[in-house]
Amino acid sequence: MAVRPAAIAVPAGARPHSGVWTILARFVRKKPLGAAGGVLMALMVLTAIFADVLQTHDPIATNAAYTLGSPNLEHWLGTDHLGRDIYSRIVHGARVSLVVGVASTLLGSVLGGIIGLLSGYIGGKTDLITQRILDILQGLPLLVLALVMSAALGPSVQNVVIAISIPIIPRAARVIRSSVLSIREMQYVEAARSLGVQHLRVAFRHILPNTIGPFIVLCTAQLGSAILVEATLSYLGLGVPEPYPSWGRMLSVSAAEYAQKAPHLVLFPGIAISLAVFGSNLLGDALRDTLDPRLRGS
Amino acid sequence: MKTYIVQRLLIALLTLLGMSMVIFVLLRLAPGDIVDILFATAGYISPSEKQAIMKELGIDRPYVIQYLDWLHQIVTGDLGKSYRYDLPAWEVIRPLVPVTLELAALSMVFAVLLGLPAGVVSAVRQDTTLDYLLRVFSLAGLAMPSFWLGMVIILGLVTWLAWIPPLTYVSPTKDLKLHAIQFLLPALAVGYRSSALIMRITRSSLLEVMREDYIRTAWAKGQTGRIVIWRHALKNALLPVVTVIGIEFAFLIGGLVVTETVFNLPGVARFLVQAILWRDYPVVQNLVMFTAIVVILSNLIVDMLYGVLDPRVRYGG
Repeated sequence: MAVRPAAIAVPAGARPHSGVWTILARFVRKKPLGAAGGVLMALMVLTAIFADVLQTHDPIATNAAYTLGSPNLEHWLGTDHLGRDIYSRIVHGARVSLVVGVASTLLGSVLGGIIGLLSGYIGGKTDLITQRILDILQGLPLLVLALVMSAALGPSVQNVVIAISIPIIPRAARVIRSSVLSIREMQYVEAARSLGVQHLRVAFRHILPNTIGPFIVLCTAQLGSAILVEATLSYLGLGVPEPYPSWGRMLSVSAAEYAQKAPHLVLFPGIAISLAVFGSNLLGDALRDTLDPRLRGS
Repeated sequence: MKTYIVQRLLIALLTLLGMSMVIFVLLRLAPGDIVDILFATAGYISPSEKQAIMKELGIDRPYVIQYLDWLHQIVTGDLGKSYRYDLPAWEVIRPLVPVTLELAALSMVFAVLLGLPAGVVSAVRQDTTLDYLLRVFSLAGLAMPSFWLGMVIILGLVTWLAWIPPLTYVSPTKDLKLHAIQFLLPALAVGYRSSALIMRITRSSLLEVMREDYIRTAWAKGQTGRIVIWRHALKNALLPVVTVIGIEFAFLIGGLVVTETVFNLPGVARFLVQAILWRDYPVVQNLVMFTAIVVILSNLIVDMLYGVLDPRVRYGG
């Protein structure tokens, strides 16, 4: 759900009197690809919210009489090896994918953001040690770390969120720290300090709000990879457990087995994952260009 | 330069030590151990029997001792014994290493061959239809899960060419052609993603360099476009590209985990997943540690390459 505020958050640099619609129209004109990404993400959010209305069947009800059915009027995207309706499962999968993606991105970014804020603000030895510890976490490939974590924590939605958020922490901390380092030297911070404002208050009240631009950029950029990692973990059987329909698990072993007989089993969930990640990447790129030109191309 | 390398190596060693602690602790958080899993199918197991097995495997000792023991093993090159296979861990891993290395190298070749020229073309033809097409193509590469792409490739081959990929690994000495096909397809699936990253960074880095004064001078001298771009601009635009290639090479292992599973290749990455599921601590520990070492080494090599590519970079100064 963090996606909608992000789309509206564009006015960061805009004049106060221009309305939301004017700003949105300007965004669409200037960043058509980003706007397309925004539309994809909005569709995904709406699908997740109204999954119960959009479904045509119970996503977890099996039907032994109609397994591996091809797409038809009754089952728009066909059925899987247990006779479950693929369309309804994909619609509900959007919910799982979005909840896990947004929750893990937010958890990782907020934790990482706080670490980055404090590390950058305090500086000195604290900063040095924190950076080395983050090096350690960042040294492991995101997926390998998430794999080990989710295996260690055991399968549950909550644990998958934690497993995906941990690799995000060092990335978030880096981004926020570097922006804190430059903000820290600004005169208004010095002014606040010389007025006798407490350190923690300076950090959280005066510096933190100014990192919101990079923070939004960071979150949209990480959302895509969080969705991708969730799909991969679920594909490997280490992600979201049954009965929640997850796009990744829909592609898992059973799908591979029946792929030849029923290619729709492989095609549709993969398209759903790709569109979701595609949308959040497009939106993330456009927001980065708009909100934080310094990060362009990184 | 020498002091710089020594310094970097020391930091790398410290980082590796930290990583070993993180890996060790993470794996101990896992519920259930190998004994539970081994006997899950057998039903009942008497506590004394379980105790004896744990003792034999050495997992009844305090964690600190287990950790120190592991460190000692790494330093001496002995990687312990795989619980699951009842063999030295190294013996289990060794035959898998060439498979993964070959796949990683091929993927990287694909990624560079696809990504670098695409990035250059995209930058030179900025904001044209071709640029937009290439950018969408690269964004698609970042969006598609590589395991799914692999499945679709197999599906396409089966459906349209009626060609069924070999279900087991074919060694190059046995059938070189089949071996090549077996590796090229997954390499393409994995390399596509990395190529997208390389293309994006090449494009933005080249665009930045093309705005510099010396490029305008080169144009003004009447140099042909090809020479300006490939000889003058790209040379300076390569630095961030090399960084990405270095990072990507290390991170390929993430993409390989699933691709090796999809294509049924007996590599290290696929084995890692199986070992995690079995809680085969020595194997997982060592494989993840192996990944960490690869990551740190490639970071180090990238740093060293900077000096070669850009004489302005001075070490230790």
